[in-house]
Amino acid sequence: MLKTFRIGGIHPKDQKISAGSAIQPIAIPNQVIIPLGQHIGAPCQPVVKKGDTVKVGTLIGKAVGFVSANIHSSVSGTVLKIDRSVDASGYRRDAIFIKVEGDEWEESIDRSPDLKKECTLSSKDILDKIAAAGIVGMGGATFPTHVKLTPPPGLTPEILIINGVECEPWLTSDHRLMLEKTEEIMVGITIVMKALNVDKAIIGIENNKKDAIGKFAEYTKNYPGISIQALKVQYPQGGEKQLIDALTGRQVPSGALPISVGAVVQNVGTILAIYEAVQKNKPLVERVITVTGKDVKQPCNILSRLGIPVAILIDMAGGLPETTGKIVSGGPMMGKALATMDVPVTKGTSGILIIPTLEAKRKAMKDCIRCAKCVSICPMGLNPTLLMNLTEFEVWDGAEKQRITDCIECGSCSYTCPADRPLLDYIRLGKSKVNTIIRARKTNA
Amino acid sequence: MSILLTAVVTLGVIGAGSAAILYLIGQKFKVEEDPRIQEVQEALPAANCGGCGFPGCAAFASACVKAETLEGLNCPVGGQPTMDKVAEILGQTAPMTVKKIAVVRCNGTCESRPRTNLYDGVSNCTIAAALYGGNTGCSFGCLGLGDCVESCTFDAIHINPDTMLPEVVEDKCTACGACVKACPKDIIELRKQGPKSRRIYVSCVNEEKGGVARKSCDVACIGCSKCQQACPFEAITIENNLAYIIDDKCRLCRKCVPVCPTNSILELNFPPRKDKSPKEEAVTVDA
Repeated sequence: MLKTFRIGGIHPKDQKISAGSAIQPIAIPNQVIIPLGQHIGAPCQPVVKKGDTVKVGTLIGKAVGFVSANIHSSVSGTVLKIDRSVDASGYRRDAIFIKVEGDEWEESIDRSPDLKKECTLSSKDILDKIAAAGIVGMGGATFPTHVKLTPPPGLTPEILIINGVECEPWLTSDHRLMLEKTEEIMVGITIVMKALNVDKAIIGIENNKKDAIGKFAEYTKNYPGISIQALKVQYPQGGEKQLIDALTGRQVPSGALPISVGAVVQNVGTILAIYEAVQKNKPLVERVITVTGKDVKQPCNILSRLGIPVAILIDMAGGLPETTGKIVSGGPMMGKALATMDVPVTKGTSGILIIPTLEAKRKAMKDCIRCAKCVSICPMGLNPTLLMNLTEFEVWDGAEKQRITDCIECGSCSYTCPADRPLLDYIRLGKSKVNTIIRARKTNA
Repeated sequence: MSILLTAVVTLGVIGAGSAAILYLIGQKFKVEEDPRIQEVQEALPAANCGGCGFPGCAAFASACVKAETLEGLNCPVGGQPTMDKVAEILGQTAPMTVKKIAVVRCNGTCESRPRTNLYDGVSNCTIAAALYGGNTGCSFGCLGLGDCVESCTFDAIHINPDTMLPEVVEDKCTACGACVKACPKDIIELRKQGPKSRRIYVSCVNEEKGGVARKSCDVACIGCSKCQQACPFEAITIENNLAYIIDDKCRLCRKCVPVCPTNSILELNFPPRKDKSPKEEAVTVDA
């Protein structure tokens, strides 16, 4: 019996049609647009100005405050301007426009494909290097990694958990990374273990990626302390709290961070970025993105530089199908529909999913039939239909008591509802309102 | 017969006893309440809209009675007559208030602001605004999903199905401010109603540079400052590429309206202009 998390969960069709396509590099266009806010936290302060020449890896945006991350140029060329550009949510935010000239990298970056195993740096040096490289959580949450690897005072990490679950249907970027960069990821894990000062790490991979499990199983023999665990396929297993439960049986209390049960979770993509930053001095300038969808001609996994417009990636996958109804950045469960194709790729873009019109259209909401399906599948043990009603009638104290802030926004409730009720839309609204109220209470107290 | 008598007598005694106890308790724990609170409350419109900033008319009434002066206290629904009545009850004078009205500062109709994508999520502006910038190129403009309509207690704001923009019914709007709070894009503003309900305002909140704003909407303010130069009363400010008319300074001369290259300044309830007549200089200036 394979392990999985205990509460709730759903089984959407996994549709990983791009799993067999090897990661391919992208042809760099004439211009890239690099947004200054690609992470959770304060946007960067630009440190270049119009007319400056930059190379690949040149620091162009400096982190502001504790929760923030540096941003580096992903191409070599000249800074055209610093102006607002449309982001994934359709709002216009500050970004750096760079005209591409050649492909020259910073000298300090080691671009050789050789594996570099030894790391003699101290824990603090490793963290400094990660912070300098601007690494953020690549699973989509984009939380600055150096902050996550710095445990709050009084709490000690005991175990490192590597998230190779990729439970979102359609997406295969982490799967391809695990197949093609297995040993780099293993070295990356040892580096993070050193940084955290833990001696145990578990890699969790869902059982629909048997090749990746097999490959890691071979390597883990040579790396003491690192083990691999195959997991039953179930959404949202890639959620931090769900994965910790599945792998260790520990349950993170309501409102607490994973570190409170001694666990730190890192995505495989983040681990690879850490390896490259620490061992090769390479900042986060590119990432693997799956471009896929039912009618996409060549579903593929692309190693894209940050700042390249989504339209170019879609062209690489055979162009936009005529049937297109929705273009989603991310997976079908938690991804965000894009308002325009001019949106640049950022650190958190894990995939581009193209959904045909017929499937994209949301159905009209009907009355709740009290079937309680949403209650039984909620992986956080919440009551989604109640939370939706509380939000609709603005009963914020009731919503707070019902732990609305615990919602991980996985979308399982909306997916499963036979009456097509927009449960998550309302819960998300309620969650942000309740969080605002809680913050106000804290500042007033 | 005796059973009936016993029952009547027993119940009578219990009733009288209870009444006595209740009376004594009532006397002992009596709360002295200013009788004027009740009087003031009766003078108020009983809309319980919260436009005064207090939770309901009762709370406003007790705040009026407790306050030393009526300065800063205003019932936007009742307006000056109601506040005069309240002042009379309390033996004070009501400060002069200016009648205000809700104004929708977006004129991006379906024609002037082409739709760039389709939203089929929940019909709620706050939810849509949290998701993305909206279904047009302008991420500042009205989403047209009607949070303001929902919030209005007085049925004074409606979405026009032709333009997909909210329109304020002047006779019904009480300037309670519920729609101002409900709008996630901060488009609705309370402005002076003006003499004969005449108003001039910039009907745009787009803070983008001129080119970007214009590209997304034909009637966007591009921050060109022509209106600022035309204004003889320094009533127009330009911040973040957006013009704003300060209604305290505006004297409704209408000079800014024709100079706007994108027609984003609107005039309401004015008589039609006499075309290019030399009398234009002599437009009466209402204070």
